[in-house]
Amino acid sequence: MHASQSSLPPVKRHRRWVKSTHWIITLSFMVLAFTGYVILMSHPRLYWGEVGNDLTPALFELPISRNYQHGGWEKSTAFYNVAGSPVSASRTYDIFNQNGWGRSLHFLSAWFLIVTGLVYLLAGFFTRHFKSALLPAPGEFTRLEFWRDMVSHVRMQIPAAGKGPQYGLLQKCTYLAVIFILLPLMVLTGLAMSPAITASYPFLLTMFGGGQSARTIHFFASVSLILFLVVHVVMIIRSGFKQQISAMTFGK
Amino acid sequence: MKRKHLLTRRTAIITGLGSLGGLLLPGCTKKLPPTYGNLLRMGDALTYIAQRSLLPGQSLAKEYGHHELSSFPATGTTNPADKSTPTFSEAYSRLNTSTFTDWRLSVEGKVAKPGLYSLADLQQFPARTQITRHNCEEGWSAIGEWTGAPLTLLLHHAGILSTARFVNFYAYDGYMESIDMLDALHPQTILAYAMNGSSLPLPHGAPLRLRVERQIGYKSVKYLQRIVVSDEFVDMGDSGWAWYTGI
Repeated sequence: MHASQSSLPPVKRHRRWVKSTHWIITLSFMVLAFTGYVILMSHPRLYWGEVGNDLTPALFELPISRNYQHGGWEKSTAFYNVAGSPVSASRTYDIFNQNGWGRSLHFLSAWFLIVTGLVYLLAGFFTRHFKSALLPAPGEFTRLEFWRDMVSHVRMQIPAAGKGPQYGLLQKCTYLAVIFILLPLMVLTGLAMSPAITASYPFLLTMFGGGQSARTIHFFASVSLILFLVVHVVMIIRSGFKQQISAMTFGK
Repeated sequence: MKRKHLLTRRTAIITGLGSLGGLLLPGCTKKLPPTYGNLLRMGDALTYIAQRSLLPGQSLAKEYGHHELSSFPATGTTNPADKSTPTFSEAYSRLNTSTFTDWRLSVEGKVAKPGLYSLADLQQFPARTQITRHNCEEGWSAIGEWTGAPLTLLLHHAGILSTARFVNFYAYDGYMESIDMLDALHPQTILAYAMNGSSLPLPHGAPLRLRVERQIGYKSVKYLQRIVVSDEFVDMGDSGWAWYTGI
């Protein structure tokens, strides 16, 4: 046993904390995506800037619930006796709204994501996991290599999976973007929608150009993450589903 | 048997969950609103504790300029004088017909001098005008200018007792909400009788509504009738909606 093991190069497997944080974050992300969609259904209009509502122009509107362009408003009245005055109107339509549990479940999952995400980030830095497994090695990242890896992925030429973090170039770059750009952007734009947090930290509003801009960026970042999830799952299937799931769950 | 690890994963998880449970079961000490053993309400309580302990106490919500005023939808109850709606109030209907001359705000509970306040009484307090953003839980927002009496001035005028911990608001349409003292004494928490420079329009809560600028819109109760100061949480049961909505 000992002799045969030492004659082979050590197999790099997923670390324990990588496996557990991976699945907790996956589960919280899926609950966040689902509840986020439920929340969006109650007001499927997106805006740019500080404010936006049914009486102001939308950037775009999504046909995802009966609230889409419902038009259930009384005649609007102007606040001031001048042209272009802001107006008020009363809603007469019984909207779809499941935000009571939707919002609370969204924030509960966000707690799991934030706490697990912080554990993951700290562990990643202190164990040098980010440097050894995710950051491209010196000379590994070239435009040509990146392009080649991209083309082979588009052609679905996916190498069979190992047992742990032996990632390709495109894979490394994608993971880094998800971990250090998209997920932090989700958290920051999420916090920028909180009235108590923005009262204490108004820079959150300034950095995204307003609360409604933050909401719109939150939406697009979530769409990007869902696309990532789809591609990620396709790649897992192409590279050996059973092997990959087993490696990320049991480390075998 | 010698233990190999100082802290095994199993003990870490059990200890962690145990202490989290302690944090989320505040019913025992009566310090916080009840969680009803509901996982979602426990999450709400965690958010409340975290925001109250991590955020600086009395920072002000952003205020805007006149040029930033936006159109403002009226949702929820928009007319308690309308007989055809379930939120119809006979009393409110009568007050509305007499343009609220007989309207009085009742201030009761843990105050030294419970009393009735007319609109003119409330206008005696030094007024605060603020242009703020209303954030609806649905996802939309609107900027409006509000003028009113700071709640803290009214509470001190009524002689709020040192044991007071919550302020409860009752409205003519049957709606009720409560806030803690940190929000009640906040300088931007006002009882607004004017919106955008005119007296408060009926769809927006005439004659008086609450403004709580660091929480979601549904805490800003319209059509105010009664304010009750209490030293414990007034439990209206689990409505299915978060009590604290600073997020």
